Amino acid sequence: MIEIVRHLVIIFGLLFVLTTVSAGLIWLERRLLALWQDRYGPNRVGPFGLLQVAADMIKIFAKEDWIPPFADKPVFVIAPTIIMVATFLSFAVIPFTPGIEVVSLDIGLLFFLAMSSLGVYSVVLAGWSSDNKYSLLGGIRAAAQMLSYEVFMGLSLMGTVMLAGSFNIRDIVEAQRGLWFCIPQFFGMVVFFIAGVAETHRLPFDLPESENELVAGFHTEYSGIKFGMFFVGEYLGITLISALITALFFGGWLGPLLPPVVWFALKTFFFICLFILLRATYPRPRYDQLMAFGWKVMLPVALLNLVVTGGILLAKGA
Amino acid sequence: MLSMLRAAWLVFLHMFRKRETVQYPEERRPLPARWRGRIILSRDPDGGERCVACYLCAAACPVDCISLQATQDESGRRYPEFFRINFSRCIFCGFCEEACPTYAIQLTPDYEMSEYMRHALVYEKEDLLISGQGKYHGYNFYRVAGMAIGGKDKGEAENEEPPVDVRSLTL
Ligand code: SF4
Ligand code: SF4
Repeated sequence: MIEIVRHLVIIFGLLFVLTTVSAGLIWLERRLLALWQDRYGPNRVGPFGLLQVAADMIKIFAKEDWIPPFADKPVFVIAPTIIMVATFLSFAVIPFTPGIEVVSLDIGLLFFLAMSSLGVYSVVLAGWSSDNKYSLLGGIRAAAQMLSYEVFMGLSLMGTVMLAGSFNIRDIVEAQRGLWFCIPQFFGMVVFFIAGVAETHRLPFDLPESENELVAGFHTEYSGIKFGMFFVGEYLGITLISALITALFFGGWLGPLLPPVVWFALKTFFFICLFILLRATYPRPRYDQLMAFGWKVMLPVALLNLVVTGGILLAKGA
Repeated sequence: MLSMLRAAWLVFLHMFRKRETVQYPEERRPLPARWRGRIILSRDPDGGERCVACYLCAAACPVDCISLQATQDESGRRYPEFFRINFSRCIFCGFCEEACPTYAIQLTPDYEMSEYMRHALVYEKEDLLISGQGKYHGYNFYRVAGMAIGGKDKGEAENEEPPVDVRSLTL
């Protein structure tokens, strides 16, 4: 009984915290982007403009939720929910601290990869059901981009799996007690980070959206709360990838003095800021450049990393 | 690759730069001396309306946002019965001021004209007319113009000679 209650508390606590955090990220991103562009950003509503989040929420709920008459209604409605659900489900396998974890799956990492692949459906279906050429183009791009980056996202993680000898993320974190995997798996980390940016289709890999050529890409026709779900889904994705990088390469909750939760939150926060810094810095590559970069640079690096890690492990083990 | 890292670092350093933003309602930038803002109708030094309802401003306005109707008082002075400027269309080009022969219509440095209702941007004569002379002091059109109005006949304006009686001319 107590166990069940504990689980429920963790699940709903996480849902609440994650939604709040990803909503807060909207404010954070705007503030940070402004900082890096010599502006102030939203600083009027409430202390430091923090209530901007509330104002945005009220606005987005009050906006007309319009479904274009030419859209494929059921698919159009279900598309934004998929990304939210898939991302939330991925959080289930992430161990925030030894105590806070929804489920300790032995195939945790595979589960995450599967869920992030499902996330693609959201974007593709949104683009397709909108029955609008820009949305469709965005959807097609998203499909191609996310599928190809998925390939070496998976490969880049296999090095850590080899080192830890487990797919369970908790075991991977525990295996980093001596040395964080960001050092032996440096290339794996870089590849995973880049793939993560592409996976959440954030700038500089936001070709499915690319405002200046595709209006808003796959969510051109979305408004009101459905648009809000895509938006929050995107920020959830950032949080997810940041949390994963923390757990897989930067020792998760491990760290001196401070309690584990704080360590995890701090590291995750750092990577979220890095995501935003990327957006503030880089221009968007052309679509063929993106694909070429993925297949010609990232994939070989991931493979090489895998082979070398495997070789070293074999040599050591033998 | 290295240049990309450097770019990110440079962007990061911008965090410590001075902000470009002017925090508007609290902080204001000095306006240029010839700023063209909210339009007013001025009065002459004697307190009469300067506008003689000649329609030149309405004709000059490139967006046709001035509308007025001329009328006359008992002394023969022309004035606008109504004078309406739709500021939601005005582009503050200042052509009306240039066209005006009497310095009546003038643009001022006020730019804070936001309204919640669009129709509140349509200013009537009561909203436009001010009690003073605006930018140009001491000018009274009827005092220098040759037109006869009540209390001032032809030839009585400033710097004006009395009209020549053609019948008095001898060959
Ligand atoms: S400033 Fe230009 S646009 Fe505005 S009323 Fe005068 S002439 Fe018209
Ligand atoms: S404001 Fe000037 S230009 Fe316009 S009608 Fe009056 S006198 Fe004529």
